[in-house]
Amino acid sequence: MTWFEYLSFGDSGWGDELLAGLGVTLSLALTALPFGLVLGMSVAAASVSARAVPRGVAFAFTTTIRGLPELLTLFLIYQGVGMLINATLKWFDPRAAFFELSPFIAGAVALTLVFGGYAGEVLRGAWQALDKGQREAAEAVGMSRWQVFRLIELPQILRLALPGLGNLWINLLKDTALVSVIALNDLMRVANIAVGVTKKPFLFFLTVCLLYWMVCIVFEWCIARMEKRANRGIRSI
Amino acid sequence: MSVNPESAIVLQADGLQKAFGGVEVLKGVSLTARKHDVITIIGSSGSGKSTLLRCLNLLEVPEAGQLAVHGETLNLATDARGRHERGLQKQIERTRSRLGMVFQSFNLWSHMTVLENVMLGPCTVLKRDRAEVQPQAEALLARVGMLEKRHMYPDHLSGGQKQRVAIARALAMDPDVMLFDEPTSALDPELVNEVLCVIKELAEEGRTMIMVTHEMRFARDVSSRIVYLHQGQIAEQGPPDQLFNAPQSEQLQRFLSSQY
Amino acid sequence: MFDLLIEYAPRLLSGAVMTLKLTFISVLIAAMLALPLALVRRSGSRYLQGPVRLYISFFRGTPLLAQLFLVYYGSGQFRPELTELGLWWFFRDPFYCAILTFSLNSAAYQTEILRGGLQAVSRQEVEAGMAIGMSKGLLYRKIILPHAYRIAFPALGNEIILMLKGSAIASVITLLDLMGHTRRVFSQTFDMSVYVWAALIYLLVTTLFVLVWRRMEHRMTRHFRAPVTPSAPLTSVIKESTRVS
Repeated sequence: MTWFEYLSFGDSGWGDELLAGLGVTLSLALTALPFGLVLGMSVAAASVSARAVPRGVAFAFTTTIRGLPELLTLFLIYQGVGMLINATLKWFDPRAAFFELSPFIAGAVALTLVFGGYAGEVLRGAWQALDKGQREAAEAVGMSRWQVFRLIELPQILRLALPGLGNLWINLLKDTALVSVIALNDLMRVANIAVGVTKKPFLFFLTVCLLYWMVCIVFEWCIARMEKRANRGIRSI
Repeated sequence: MSVNPESAIVLQADGLQKAFGGVEVLKGVSLTARKHDVITIIGSSGSGKSTLLRCLNLLEVPEAGQLAVHGETLNLATDARGRHERGLQKQIERTRSRLGMVFQSFNLWSHMTVLENVMLGPCTVLKRDRAEVQPQAEALLARVGMLEKRHMYPDHLSGGQKQRVAIARALAMDPDVMLFDEPTSALDPELVNEVLCVIKELAEEGRTMIMVTHEMRFARDVSSRIVYLHQGQIAEQGPPDQLFNAPQSEQLQRFLSSQY
Repeated sequence: MFDLLIEYAPRLLSGAVMTLKLTFISVLIAAMLALPLALVRRSGSRYLQGPVRLYISFFRGTPLLAQLFLVYYGSGQFRPELTELGLWWFFRDPFYCAILTFSLNSAAYQTEILRGGLQAVSRQEVEAGMAIGMSKGLLYRKIILPHAYRIAFPALGNEIILMLKGSAIASVITLLDLMGHTRRVFSQTFDMSVYVWAALIYLLVTTLFVLVWRRMEHRMTRHFRAPVTPSAPLTSVIKESTRVS
């Protein structure tokens, strides 16, 4: 078989399987993104809070997430939370069947935590970089606190945080590869299976790299476009 | 002080031309500095006076002309593709080490102490012995009144102090000619004087100097010759009394009247 | 929980040593590669720029795990050729493969960091060096590189931490680093606390590293802070003010 045939679609080739794996990879990342953003926003809000307890919790969370290998976070969620759920089930009903945490959910939760931890720092930085006068001007025209946040602060925070969040999104895409280790049929694991069958590791892992690379380049391009759009009306020096 | 026709030529520029993006800034400028000359270049902004000074030190390399310093003549002509002749870079480095440059914005090396700033050139470019350079550097710093601050970093000095260190740094190379590019323009008014005092002392002890400045009274006071640059060319030059009291061209008259 | 720690501490410790070895060897090799690459990126010829940019984009745009598999498993596809070239002993060994992959990966990131540092060096200070006749080599040694590394220092610290964490994936190709030992102990005991201990060790290492790096940064940037060395005595100020007038 030639390299081309290995990657073809249909029964003999692995092209369709790889694409399906890419689909799983992308949906995993796209699931984690909105939850991660909300988590990041909450962490940022807590870390600029006037009270010490939310600040402390936010600090502990970001420090832990940023200090742990993503792979370890993933195992902690997959196995730790899985065991916890089973223990709880057993406690309620000793005859309960073994509950298996879906690798997709475990992966999505772990990636959400990782994204949220880093995004919290990025958003906090943007929050603190906001010009105080903007808020005062909005309050001066009689806006409510919520209006000030939604209409004045949030759009500006997102603009300032966009480059950092863009980087985190690319990292999130790449981190999805780790989930293959806990047996989710993402792009990386499909390639592993294909290698087991065909004994062509270089071909398949190179293909995987090229696919990831392509996806990253496409998103980098999108992010650059968004930054350009977000910065309209801002003069660069 | 008057022009000394008999003393030796230390710097001679001939027909310097420089353009930036198609705009000609210098249109063939020639300038001769003899030993002990103090030449001040004046002119309105955009006349090319800073560019001329930077061309003399080859921070900008002219596209045509010649420059002779310390018995070495540099051919600055470019070929059709805008390239200079080979081996020019080494000549440029040698020539620069013979000329002391003092910048408008001081340009001290922020990661080195005052003393290290003064010693770096002699130790690395001239490859002299540290033990021999240090007392000389300290003596120079004492002359500009900065000896006490020799172990401080530039960021902790005032503008006037920085500029005095920059002058000591240039002197440490024992240059043939000192070039000053608007040395007081970036200073707060109350700090201007301390720097001018140092420059004046250097003039009085017979240093050859070429400077660009907006301090007209000072220029008149210390210069042996004033060069008036207009639109990239030397429009008039001569002793200060002659230029300031009896300007020939209409542009110079207008320029001088705008200065007071 | 503590029983487990006492029983498995030696294994976790040897794993931690392996993690540190992987990280620091890779980061050091990467640092040696990054400097010439950054110089090419900054001012190299156009023919060199292209390949370097491609290299950086590839290693930053693909998962480290995929890169590691490409090197470690991928090389197996060329086993006869590699044996003939006398290189098979290298690619057969997961440790060497991990070092190679991590070095290439980190070098890509460090190159971009260093390029940013080079770009941020004050043009004026470089000009002052040119003005006293410094050659290009001297300019780089005495002015440009000291500044560039100081500017890049915090970002380089972050990159080392990312590498430290990233090295955990070496466990996937059977290396017994901290993560590898942890997974093995878990598969033998099914005791979650081993993951908690591993997490604490990782946190301890990264925190210690951050503290050390900050101290070094503090020392490096002393020239931007108020002087702590004995400042000039009062007499000098008086002398100076009389001198100036």
